[in-house]
Amino acid sequence: MNVERREFLRKTGKLLVLTASAAGAWEALAAGRPEAAPTYNMFDHWWGMAIDIEKCIGCGNCVRACKEENDVPRDPRFFRTWVERYHVDPADLERPIVDSPDGGYNGFPEKYKAGDGTKNFFVPKLCNQCSDSPCVQVCPVGATFDSPDGVVLVDKTYCLGCRYCVQACPYGCRFIDPRTNTVDKCSLCYHRIARGLTTACCEACPTGARRLGDLKNPEDPIHAFLRDHDVHVLKPQMATHPKTYYNALDGSVR
Amino acid sequence: MRRPPGDKEHLGRMAGLFAVGLLVFFGLQWFMVPPGFGRYGHYRSGALDDNRDRPLRYAGRAACEECHTDVVEARKGSRHERVGCEACHGPLATHAASPGEVKPALPDPRAICLRCHLANVARPRGFPQVQIPEHSEAGPCSACHKPHAPEIK
Repeated sequence: MNVERREFLRKTGKLLVLTASAAGAWEALAAGRPEAAPTYNMFDHWWGMAIDIEKCIGCGNCVRACKEENDVPRDPRFFRTWVERYHVDPADLERPIVDSPDGGYNGFPEKYKAGDGTKNFFVPKLCNQCSDSPCVQVCPVGATFDSPDGVVLVDKTYCLGCRYCVQACPYGCRFIDPRTNTVDKCSLCYHRIARGLTTACCEACPTGARRLGDLKNPEDPIHAFLRDHDVHVLKPQMATHPKTYYNALDGSVR
Repeated sequence: MRRPPGDKEHLGRMAGLFAVGLLVFFGLQWFMVPPGFGRYGHYRSGALDDNRDRPLRYAGRAACEECHTDVVEARKGSRHERVGCEACHGPLATHAASPGEVKPALPDPRAICLRCHLANVARPRGFPQVQIPEHSEAGPCSACHKPHAPEIK
């Protein structure tokens, strides 16, 4: 008798679980959003970005692709990602000369001469997707948050436009969208990665200087990248624990 | 003259006020906190769907290679093999969705090359770069270099 009851409970339990998940999937499909059907499990991923400065050629493809994909204002004050050019006297790392004409949207017209003893290189910048993000900590209404898969996202319907997070981000990765007066930032192309695609900037990067990586997937090539290169993050002293990793990051980069 | 309220009446009034206060609090909370708030953290869980449900502009390389197998073949072994299609051809999700109707224009066969290959001190040293006009004064680069396999054999 006891065994039968156990069997009964087990079967009913299974049936209940199956019905619940089927109902969830059906709800999403019926609402016309098949991509929201639970094929993408947020809890199976932990996204980060690997940037190889030795491969960045400053073409500006990422900047243009990002603006196009995410409908970022074309005004050259607003960027979700941008590229900086560093001009460094190797003996004076404290005072690099940095420029970023229109964020690199139109490339970088030659400005410096070869053989003058300086270091010159490009540094692509974007949201560092910090694990301990100051922007999330300061938001008074819960309009910016860490998603379960490690992406810092914005709830545009909830944002007050108070600008606290814009000041809190040590990397300058946030701006106020003048059309909505709410904050905007790199979402790591959340709409793409949830569909199994890479980000628009990675898609458009011709040299593979940027690569999206899933740190929870042991087979993702990002692990080999992090293992085989001298990798740094920006401003580690801020204890933000960024997930944007840079190879060959010069000490002068801020 | 009215008798001053006793201990029981005092307590009763307090309890009543407390109950009304609680009701107002829960009522307001029910009214003001959106559904899904606090499901995964201190935010509205529906915001995840909002971020997910946006349209694509870049189709992604896999979508291109489904049809353009001849180009995949042409690029095999070339130095441009690993360059994404939309890095040069631009965002083409509309073309991938309805290939018959949306026909993309070809990129400018000089400007598109110079974007990456025009000499610049800040570019990595090993990257192939050309001086203009020393390398070529005018005309399309594709006169000598095929964009899908740029090596001159």
